[in-house]
Parts: sequence; C-alpha cells; structure tokens
Amino acid sequence: MGFRFDLFIVLIAILSVPVLSDLILSKVERRIDLTSQVVRITSTLKVENSGNDPVSEVLLAFPEHQEKNLAYLTASFREGKGKGKGSTSSLPVEVVRPQGMPPALVFYSVSLPKGLGKGESLTLDVLVVFTHSLKPFPKEITQADFQLVVFQDSGHYLSPYEVKFQSLSVKLPDARIESYTRLENTKTVGSEIKYGPYENHPPFSYSPIVVHFEQNQPFAVAEQLVREIEISHWGNVQVTEHYKLIHAGAQSKGEFSRLDYQARPHVRGASAFRHLVAKLPPRAHSVYFRDDIGNISTSHLWGDLKKTELEIEPRYPMFGGWRTSFFIGYGLPLQDFLFESGGKRFLNITFGCPMNEVVIDNLIVKVVLPEGSRDISVSAPFAVKQWQETKLSHLDIVGRPVAVLEKTNVVPEHNQHFQVYYKFNNISLLREPLMLISGFFFLFVTCIVFMHVDMSISKSSASYVMKLLWEEIQAAIQQVHDIISRCLSIHDKLEASLRDLSRTGDVQACKAARKASDGQLKELSKELRPLLAFLQSSPQAAQILPKVEELVAKERELQEKLMLKHTTVADSYEKKSGGKEIENRIASQQQKIVALRQEVDDLLDYIDEI
Amino acid sequence: MAASEDSNESKIRTVFGSVLSLFILILIGVLAFSIRLFSVIKYESVIHEFDPYFNYRVTQFLTKNGIYDFWNWFDDRTWYPLGRVIGGTVYPGLTLTAGSIWWLLNSLNIPLSVETVCVFTAPIFSANAAWATYLLTKEVKGTGAGLTAAALLAMVPSYISRSVAGSYDNEAVAIFALIFTFYLYIKTLNTGSLFYATLNAITYFYMVCSWGGYTFIINLIPMHVLLCIVTGRYSSRLYIAYAPLVVLGTLLAALVPVVGFNAVMTSEHFASFLVFIIIHVVALVYYIKGILSPKMFKVAVTLVVSVGLVVCCAVVAVLIALVASSPTKGWSGRSLSLLDPTYASKYIPIIASVSEHQPPTWPSYFMDINVLAFLVPAGIVACFLPLSDASSFVVLYIVTSVYFSGVMVRLMLVLAPAACILSGIALSEAFDVLTRSIKFQLPGLSENSQIDAGDTTSSSVVTQNDAAKTNKNEDTLKERPSRKTRKKEKEHVEKTSIKSQIKKRLLVLPLEASIAAIFLLVLLGAFYVVHCVWAAAEAYSAPSIVLTSHSHDGLHVFDDFREAYAWLRHNTEVDDKVASWWDYGYQTTAMANRTVIVDNNTWNNTHIATVGTAMSSPEKAAWEIFNSLDVKYVLVVFGGLVGYPSDDINKFLWMVRIGGGVFPHIREPDYLRDGQYRIDSQATPTMLNCLMYKLSYFRFVETDGKGFDRVRRTEIGKKYFKLTHFEEVFTTHHWMVRIYKLKPPKNRIRVKTKKSKSKASSTTSSKRSGKRKKNPWQ
Repeated sequence: MGFRFDLFIVLIAILSVPVLSDLILSKVERRIDLTSQVVRITSTLKVENSGNDPVSEVLLAFPEHQEKNLAYLTASFREGKGKGKGSTSSLPVEVVRPQGMPPALVFYSVSLPKGLGKGESLTLDVLVVFTHSLKPFPKEITQADFQLVVFQDSGHYLSPYEVKFQSLSVKLPDARIESYTRLENTKTVGSEIKYGPYENHPPFSYSPIVVHFEQNQPFAVAEQLVREIEISHWGNVQVTEHYKLIHAGAQSKGEFSRLDYQARPHVRGASAFRHLVAKLPPRAHSVYFRDDIGNISTSHLWGDLKKTELEIEPRYPMFGGWRTSFFIGYGLPLQDFLFESGGKRFLNITFGCPMNEVVIDNLIVKVVLPEGSRDISVSAPFAVKQWQETKLSHLDIVGRPVAVLEKTNVVPEHNQHFQVYYKFNNISLLREPLMLISGFFFLFVTCIVFMHVDMSISKSSASYVMKLLWEEIQAAIQQVHDIISRCLSIHDKLEASLRDLSRTGDVQACKAARKASDGQLKELSKELRPLLAFLQSSPQAAQILPKVEELVAKERELQEKLMLKHTTVADSYEKKSGGKEIENRIASQQQKIVALRQEVDDLLDYIDEI
Repeated sequence: MAASEDSNESKIRTVFGSVLSLFILILIGVLAFSIRLFSVIKYESVIHEFDPYFNYRVTQFLTKNGIYDFWNWFDDRTWYPLGRVIGGTVYPGLTLTAGSIWWLLNSLNIPLSVETVCVFTAPIFSANAAWATYLLTKEVKGTGAGLTAAALLAMVPSYISRSVAGSYDNEAVAIFALIFTFYLYIKTLNTGSLFYATLNAITYFYMVCSWGGYTFIINLIPMHVLLCIVTGRYSSRLYIAYAPLVVLGTLLAALVPVVGFNAVMTSEHFASFLVFIIIHVVALVYYIKGILSPKMFKVAVTLVVSVGLVVCCAVVAVLIALVASSPTKGWSGRSLSLLDPTYASKYIPIIASVSEHQPPTWPSYFMDINVLAFLVPAGIVACFLPLSDASSFVVLYIVTSVYFSGVMVRLMLVLAPAACILSGIALSEAFDVLTRSIKFQLPGLSENSQIDAGDTTSSSVVTQNDAAKTNKNEDTLKERPSRKTRKKEKEHVEKTSIKSQIKKRLLVLPLEASIAAIFLLVLLGAFYVVHCVWAAAEAYSAPSIVLTSHSHDGLHVFDDFREAYAWLRHNTEVDDKVASWWDYGYQTTAMANRTVIVDNNTWNNTHIATVGTAMSSPEKAAWEIFNSLDVKYVLVVFGGLVGYPSDDINKFLWMVRIGGGVFPHIREPDYLRDGQYRIDSQATPTMLNCLMYKLSYFRFVETDGKGFDRVRRTEIGKKYFKLTHFEEVFTTHHWMVRIYKLKPPKNRIRVKTKKSKSKASSTTSSKRSGKRKKNPWQ
C-alpha cells in the first residue's frame, strides 16, 4: 500500500497551504457509484460566501493521480435552497492553476453566472466521472476466480475551502465486500458504505479510504474506436464503427477450459463478458457486425419506434486481458439527422459510442461530407481535437471533405449531440450520375467510331491494296454465283413448264415459257461477261478463275442440254408421241442433265466457300 | 434489283443475328456470374477453404507492397524455421490478375477491399471462360454450337465447384486461360494468321502464370500437331499455329520464376520440342517435294531417311540416357502420378493424402458433368462429320482429359470444358437436324408462297433443284420462321441450305419422332439446369470455414474455425509459432497472422513428417519435438462433439504414414488393431497415448460422462487422463478447434529425481545426445 503512503505525503503538503478565499462549503453530500467499471461521483455542494467581496468562481480540487483518469466533469447550479425543483443549468468549467497551491493538485474552476455576494449561498451539483479508477487486485486471476477490485478516494471532501458538514456514501454492486477502510462513523447498509457525517474540516483535509470488493461487471474498454459517419444526400447516413476492444479487468492466467465455462458460466468465467448491447437510433437499417476475417454470426437485432437494439457477441467470451477487434455498421435515414438552417445544412448526431458501459480510450469521429461541401464548421458540446481530411470514394474527383474529431477518455456521458455545419449545392448531387451517363455514352461512341473507321496504317501499302482487290474479286465471284443460281432457277422453271406440259398438254404455253427463259438466260450471260473479263484481268483471281470458268462452261452445257431436251419434249408433244416414247428419247439427255446439275451444284458450293 | 434487295435483307438478318447472339452471350455471362453467388447470398462474402486463403494473403501483400517486393518476398511466417520464397514458388497469374483489378478499381476511386475483389474474381473469370468457350466452339462448329457450349459451361457443376464466389484459387482463372489458349490455337489453325499465333503465345504465357496445368496445353497441342501430320493434314497454317507457340511460349514461360528453366529441362516439355523438330522436318519435306520432280524426290527420300534414321537414333539415345539418369525420369511427382495412377500411393503419401488427388468415383462424374456425360459421345460423332483440323483437336482434347480426370478428381475440371464443347456441338447438331426435319414436313403451305418462291425468293440463299414442289415450299418457309426463331438455328440453316438438298433429304426424320426428340432434348437440358442450380446452391456453396446445420429449431452456425483464428490473432504474441497439421497452415497464417510450421504448400516432406511424428508420439517426445521447433501453441481440429467428420483424428493415419516415411520409429501397425483404425477401448496403447489422441480428447469425457465420439460413433478408449506438458488455453464453442500451449520446461532438478531419466539429463550435452534418437528435428 505504498500508494496510500504517497497520499499521506500529499496530504501533509496540502495541509500546510493557507486558505484560498472566503468561501465556505456549508454542506457537502457525496455519492460514489462503483456499480460499473466507470466511477461516478455526484457531489452536492452548498457554497456560502463568508467574505466581503463577491465571488464569481468556485474551485474544485482533484489529486493529480485521480485527475488523469477524469473523463467527464459537469457542474450545474440550482437556484434557491433545499431540494426544490429550481431550474438547473450547467456552468462553464475550466482548468486553472491558481497561485500558491500545492503542486499535486489540479483545480477546476466553476464560473458562477453571477457573483456570489456576502452571506449569499447557492447549491452546486457536480458530476465527476473517472475511468480506470478501479484497480484489479489481485492483478491476475484464474478462470474460476472472481474479480476483485480496489477503489481509493478520500473520506473527507478534498477542497480548498473549509467544509462545515459533509457525508459520503459509496455504492457497491451486490456482491462480496472484501474490505474497506473504517473511519469514525462508518457503517454499511446493504451494498452501500456510509461515511460521516463529519463536521468542520479545514481546507485540504484528506483521509484516504480504500474499498476492496468483488466486481464482475464487464470491463470493456475500447482502446480505439473510429466512427465514420458518411452522409449521402441520396438519403442515407452510413455509420461504421471500428472497435479495438480489451477486457481491462484482472488478467486471466492459466488454463481456459471450455468445459468449465460451458458447464457453469457464472462461476467459471464470472468476470468474463459474453456480449454487449448497442443502442442504435430508431430506424437504423442494414446493420452488420464483422471483423477482419468475415461476418460474426452471433448478433441479435430488435427494434421499435424509439430505438434499435443490437446485441453483439464477440467471437469468443472476453476474459481478463483478452482482446478483440470488430466493426459494426448501420445506415440511418437522412432526414432524421440532417437539417437546414440559414442556408447551411447541419448534421446533428451523437458523439460517443452506442454501447453503454464501454469506456473509450481514444475516440476518433470522422464525418464524411458529400463531395463539393464548403464552409465546414463543427460545434461540439465539449473540447475535442479537430482537423480536416479528404477521402476519395466512389466516383470522386477531388475527394470528399472529412471533419475529424478526436477525444480521449470517453464515457457514456459524452454521448451528446454535436453538429457539423456545411454548405452544399443541390446540383452537385447530379454530378455523379451524369458522369456515369456520359462515361457510358462516350464508351459507346468510341465503339461506334472504332467499328466504322478504317484503322489500317498505310493506305498505299501492297497488302492493303491486295486486300481491297481481293474484296473486289470476292464481290465479283459472289455476283457470278448469283447469276449462275438465277440461271439454275430459270432451268427449274423450264422443267416446271415441261411438267405442266405433261399434265395439260398445252404446247403453246410451254413454248412461251421457253421463249421467256431464253431471253432471260441471254441477259444473264450478258451480265456474266464483264465479270468474267474482270476476273481474267486480275492476277489474284488466278487461283479461282479455272473453277469459275469451269462453272460457267458447265452451266452453258447444262443450258444447252436442257434446251435440247425441252425442244425434244415440246416437239414430241406437238407430234403427239406417247409418254413412253418421249421418256425413252430424253432418257439419255436426262441422265446427262442430272449429272451436270450435280457438278454445277458442287462447283457452286465450292465457290461459295471461298 | 431483286438481288440487291435480297442482299439487304440478308445483311439485316446477319446484323440482327449478331446482335441477338451478342445479347445471348451477355446473358450467358450474367448467368455464369450469378449462379456462383449462392455462397455469398447463403453465407457471406468470404474467402473459402484452404488454398484461397494463401492466394488472398499473397494478393494482400502484392497490393500493399507492390510488384517488386512481391517477386522478392521471402515469407518468414510459414515453414518455420525454413521460411518460403513466395515470389519464386507461386504461380503469380491469379494474384496479379486480382491485384490489377484492385489497382484499376482503386485508381478509378472505387474503394473495394482486396477481399471483395478476390471473392469475385472467380465468378468474373467464369463469365470470361464461357465467352472463350463460345469462341472456341464457334471456330470448330459454328455459332449455334458455340452458344450452346457457352451456356453449358456457364453452369457446369465441375467448374462451379472451383469457381464459386470466394473460391479464389488458381483454377478459377486458369480454366479461362486454358480455353482461350485453345481458341487462339484453333483460330490460328483456321486462319493461318501470325497475329493470332502471337496472341496465342501470350495467352499461353498467362496460362503458365496461372496454373501448373499449363503442361496439359504444351502436351496436347503437340499431340494434335502430330496427329495432323500423321493423317496428312499438314499445312502452312499448322506450322504457323505451332512453331511460334513453342518458341515464344517457351521463352515467355521461362520468365515465370516458378517455371524458369523447367520450361526446357523437364520431361513435361519434351514432347513439344520433339514435335517442333518433326514439324520442321515435315515442312522441309513438303518444300522439297514442291521443287523436285517425283522421281528425284523418291531418291532424296531414301537418302535422307537412311541418314536421318541414324542421327535420330543417336539423339534419342542421348535423350533417353539423360532422362534415365535422373531418379524421377525428369518428371515431377504429380505428373508421374498422372501417367501411372498408382505411383503416388506407392511412393508419395503426401500427394496421396489429399482427397482431390484421388481417382474419382462414377457418381462423381454424374455429379460433376451430369447429362454431358451422355451427350459427349454424340458430340464426338458430330465432330467426325466432317472431320476438320479444329474438330479433330476437340476430339483429342476430350479423349486426353477423360483419361486425366480418371486419375485425379481435381482434373475433372479440365474435362468439364471439353465435355461442354462436345455436348454443345451434339445438342446444336441434334436441334439442327430435328428442327430441319420438322420444317421439311410441316404441311399446309399456301399456294402464294409457292408462286412467290419462283419469283421473288433469293437466288443466293435458296437453291432450286429438281426436287419436288414441297421442297421449294420448304425453302420459303425456312426464311420466314427462322427470322423469329433463335439465331442459332438460323445461322445453321443459312449455311447448310447451300448444300445439296439430296443430302438433306436423307437426314430428314419423321415428324412425330423429331418433335418427341426435341421435347426429350429440352427435358434433358432442363434436368441439367436443375441439377446445376442445385449443385451450385447446395453442394458447392459452403465456404468450409463456416459450417451450418439445419436442426428442428432452425439454422445452426458453426463458426469455430474463425473463432479460434481470431483468438490466436488477438491474444497471442505476434511472433508465436503455432503447430498444426498442414491443412490449417494457410488459414492460420492468413486469418490468425501467426507463424506456422507447415502449410498446404507441401514442398518439404521432412518438415511435415516432423509434425506428423510429433502428433503421433507420446506427450513428452512430442513436447520435445515441438519445443525444438520453438512452437508455443498446438492447434488440433476435433469433430467428436458435434460430428464434424474431417477432423484430425480421421486424418491421423496420414500423419502416421507421412511421419513414418521419414522417421522409421513411427510404424503404422502400432496404431492399428488387426489392421483396423479405432479409438475405442480396443485401440492400441500407442494410439491411446499419442499426442493427437490426448489433445483431441482431453476432458472430453466430462461433457457427457461417457466420452461418446459422434464422428467415430463409439466411446473413446482412454477417458480420464491429464496433460503434463501441455495446457489447454482455448477451445472453441463447439470444441471443433482446440488450442494448447506448451508448458515451460520443468525444473531440471525434478527431472533428475526421476530414475529413468537421471542418466540422460545429467548434463545438457548428454541430454541432447540422448534425445537425438527420439527427436528427429535435431
């Protein structure tokens, strides 16, 4: 207990300092709440001015070792006497270093709204919140042990003023009390220890008290929490919170047996915590709970009109000294958090983490505003470090402005609203969709241009000319092909006319058909001539030319045979020969025709494949 | 006039057709991508299984440190204390691909995480693979077959199993590279264009970057070239397709650090060089044949053959001597086990112990390629009608891949594209024949169309002949509905309609039969789709690090692996070494970020055998081995409580085998009772005292009082025991992962009092010498 000894030295040093001013604390009531890992001390001070000069500030003193854990301090002031329902209003508090004070103390000065005249009195309510003030003792426990912690403070109210009348009550969780310092007038009522009342203590009186008790509440401490709040004017506020969590209670040592933990979780693993509850704003949606290696499936979500509650369970139960990290994210409707006033928009959202009973050593809040926001200013209800960054996200060009706020030692009391003001032009909202549209538009335009532009490097190169020529030849061959096909269709018509003839016996109609066909065929052969000439003239066509010529020749031959047959049949009909006779006469011709036809078809196929 | 109108019409038709097929292709891509998202929807967007975690870690390193650091990366967090040269031993294709996608997205200010990019790389490349299949099949048998094959490949279960979202493995990219290389080869073969030949070499390079399976390409293409030469199909196109590929491809392949000089020095590549020589000889022969008269040519042949034979014999003898001088005949173990399926189980237990290296069973064929197995023979037949260079290649591809898939389950993946291509051809040809038959026989055509047929119908597309009137009607009919029907058929109709219709008439089937057959084919296709969706949704979507079970009170999630890895990550020192069986090495380094002794890259058999030996030794000996390896934590996977079958006790015999392969004092029979592997009261004392047994079943009996193992379905043999050298530090919620810590060494004085050890442990030096027998590591 060397620590306590130090305090005595401090105390002696303190006692030798003269009285600061003429204020007297006529009544001090202190209540220390130790039911969670956060120590909350509520003091009601009744301040009286016994001097002549009006006083406008009241000093609050804290030992240095305690002050470094101080997370939150608020003083409010009550008009009138007693416990009436006078209006309360919080008062500005700041750190001061008055002259001639002992070095081991830190002073906070509460500015009163108006000077306190002679003989006047007022009541101050002071709430002080400390973190990391419950020290686990012993520092290491096994899985089966309960966690014991030590709390130290002064039994008498430490103040630079004389204290007339004071009392102190310490509220402990409903569990075993290992030991506590007994001063005069000490008694325990249930889980509460009461000290006092004490009367007439001089300034800077200090009598250390130590409470050693069982505390199995979760000691969840976020060593770092980064909250990123991203505003999208399309209707969403996306919040992402990255936690680095540690169980800051007594270190776990030795084995961890899952069997014991599962069989008797409240005995073997009493100091561990399994889950945390985050109170999210109402209408939170798209909630997720993940860590670096994927989704964590152990979470529950339920909500009503007033709140959304998310119960998250880290991957493993958190024993003393165990760490974990994870992140949760959720979306919020924009209209609940973004407002407009005086040409400026402002975001109004809570500062701290949504989980009660989590102490945050270092909190960074990043507010990502839409690209194109200007004139950014932040108003926070307490002092924070702030600066600006830019963040590049989807489809950004210059990046989104980010207002960053940083604060150490954050407790649930800090969960207050803060505002970020900025100016934003609505037209900027359309920029990104327009960018996308124009991007795709240009993509398609480029495609169209690319498809229609001749990309060959040199128009006069041999290969290019060859290619052009080759295309011409192909076109010519295609035309030849067409013409031959048309010839063949005319042949078919002739055949058809012959069949009609055999059915109707109308020789005249047949002859007419013959005449028409003749004319057509002649025209076609005329069309064919220049094409053939062209093919003959171009050297590249040399390879195919024989085939083409063969095709033309065969076709002509076929044509002749067909004509011959036609003539024969028509003549026979004129002579009224018998069906059998005609067939005999044309049988040989027919064979040749079929054979030729086959050859022409094959040649056509061949040419077509080119 | 008529002709120009007609050409206009046909032009519009082709444009319409190509737009339609483009649209179909886009839909196929969407299908290929979205059918693989079941895992993300049912589970979460997370990397799957084992190897993908390594690839993910490498990608993270690449994106964080850049390409140069990546090539020089020496990873000291694995294979402790040896480490591993990652840059030189990894196929970089996949990681470079995902890394470049990530880089591109980030430079466009789309801040996706590396993990997201990795998860979706495989589905993206499946879509690419489907398109590559379209191109390849189109080169072989036309657009219709191409589209069918692409649609089949987009959802073939075998490929889905390796490319669901999150399955971030080499194969995901490599299959695309494989098909695309084949496509470019065929394209070069069909066009004879040097441009495509160069592209082909570059895609081959990409394939070499991506997967060890590139040896399949560099053996298959020479085989095909040889086939073409032997069947007298040599042409300058063949030369252009092959020679640049070998030269450029080998040079490029040698640039990949993991391949390096293997590209010219291992037997896997010899075939390509041999064929390279042959094709030159053949080319020379064809050239000489062209300039000499037939008589002179005969003389030259006899001269050259006699001289050439002598030279060839000499060269072959030298080659054989060279190859035979190396113990594995210049082949790597995995390749050898391909040629001789029994090789691995005889000589390399590490290869044999991997389940995906086992030969597949018949049901797995049905599971993985389903109805394609029945369509493939039809496709082969279709490839012979008529046989072209391209279709002979496809036939060769299916034949070889069927063989390889029969050796290793994993290579079913190579079979899948071939099966899809051939089934696509088969289906498309079948539809072609059947729909044509129906069209030929559809009755009730109006007279108008008959007359029109003569006058206005085109001459270019429709051919007239002396067939009956009905045929003519068919031609006109063909024009009309085909515009509305699918593009596939139309393309075919256009092509085939040129051909002589006499041939066609022979192919005409009866109307009722055709309709029934079409109905059955559609039914078959529907069955295939249903099966694929089922396989994608149920069989292959589980990420294997998260398990789920459906019980009466709803879905139950077993997330124990990540629980353990997260615990290791946050609650142990950064430099602690974790020993586990090699299966969990990649996951431990990636998820827990802790140094491991062995991992899934099984490059050092001795090291794995050391861990296997430790696991199969009694506690004290195991402690000594682990302590000498500086191990602080031992991780075992235990499924006995919840019935998770692939746990370490079931893998234990492989540990014994692999350990015993290097350290002979571990003998497999010691762990078996009458040749049976058991852990109940009949088990051998060696088994009941080995470390793996103890770590798995430590305090297990206290859960239900009997110690009933739900995987082995028996009560365990030894129920109550204490650990003297290890302590339990973490066990997950369902006991699936148990982590033990090595206790610090005991006071030497206490050891001294034990009578048996007093001699050995009197001094450190003598202790070491005494330990040497048992501790294989020192």
